[in-house]
Amino acid sequence: MSKRKITVALTGLNNTDNPGPGVPVIRGIRESGEFDARILGLAYESLEPAIYMDRVVDKTYLVPYPSDGTDVLINRLLEIHKKDPIDVLIPNFDAELYAFMRSEKILEKAGISTFLPTLEQFEERHKSNLPDFGKKYGVKVPFSKALTRADEIEDLKKDFEYPLMVKGKFYDAYLAYNTEQVRMHYNKITAKWGLPVIVQEFIKGTEVNVVALGDGKGNTIGAVPMRKQYITEQGKAWAGITLDDKKLLDLTDKVISGMKWRGGMELEIVKSFDNELNIIEINPRIPAWVYLAVGAGQNLPEALLKLALGEEVKPYTGYEVGKMFIRYSNDLITDVKEFEKLSTQGEL
Amino acid sequence: MQIKKNIAVSETGFVFDPTSGESYSINSEGQEIMVLLKDGKTAEEISETMCAEYEIDKAGFEKYFYDFIGMLRQFQLIETED
Repeated sequence: MSKRKITVALTGLNNTDNPGPGVPVIRGIRESGEFDARILGLAYESLEPAIYMDRVVDKTYLVPYPSDGTDVLINRLLEIHKKDPIDVLIPNFDAELYAFMRSEKILEKAGISTFLPTLEQFEERHKSNLPDFGKKYGVKVPFSKALTRADEIEDLKKDFEYPLMVKGKFYDAYLAYNTEQVRMHYNKITAKWGLPVIVQEFIKGTEVNVVALGDGKGNTIGAVPMRKQYITEQGKAWAGITLDDKKLLDLTDKVISGMKWRGGMELEIVKSFDNELNIIEINPRIPAWVYLAVGAGQNLPEALLKLALGEEVKPYTGYEVGKMFIRYSNDLITDVKEFEKLSTQGEL
Repeated sequence: MQIKKNIAVSETGFVFDPTSGESYSINSEGQEIMVLLKDGKTAEEISETMCAEYEIDKAGFEKYFYDFIGMLRQFQLIETED
């Protein structure tokens, strides 16, 4: 059977020590038995490594940051689509999702398919809404509070015990042992991600993550749990292993069926010492370690593509337990002419 | 006292817990005890086997044995009663 030709545009090409999910998603698509994909990389910066990596992207276009305005980003995307038609768009950053979700109809009208969560789903799983989320879906979550003013920090001791977690609305999480440390992290986070800053109860235990894909009708198309074995200073997994834990899969099913989640997601869970599962974050997109799921037998990026094309996808029923991933860094040599072309013409 | 069913014990003494993702290395005597536990042997039977095989008396063996079991329990490698 010949493979179907398809053009996929995606973001998340920053394959750094805090990698975006772009490269592993592309690797999954490249390994698909069904698709012969042409990959268009959408880069926010000229030095995102995947732009220059061999056999990763076929063509790269620079795009403006979502903070420049949704219209500016979407117009650039439509301009790219006009000369290089896109079949499916896979956004890979939390911070850009809002712009793409809001523009889903415009993109669809132009012929660009996506498979994204709804705005309601996106909002209710926000870190700042986690306590309500826990109540609504009957899952354990840490007590948390959203701060919008620095003078609220002093009062935290009324509701929290130290240490506690201080988190940005999209990224970054720090452990704080006292008011001064909360203040320091609050300032750092607001400068980078704005408000609110989320303060969360710190739960002692082992952190485990699940990558999953929901079909928007309440079905889990695939789910693979992983424990980080090696963690960078930024808290990112540098090595991990797939787990055999039915409780984690049941919890994932509960969240996906309850929310009727549409698209990729990552559940960040802390398993406390008494084996209670606490959801500490729900990321609304495929995580950077998704290639472990592909390696363990669930090609979730391929399944996401099929869902975006409106096809029925049969749920995966298993995966290999004990599969590991180990990241590595590499020095890629390229010529300044490549960098020059991308910087001046906005494409490569 | 039962080792959890999904715990893998290799001939090289590598123990892998697929629920937690943790792995451990144990020496040949520990590996032998793990295999006996997985086979469903009782503490009494394991003690008899090990004392017959090694130059150690029952009291001496049991001291180390229950230390080892405590460690397995701490790492949640043993089935809990419920």
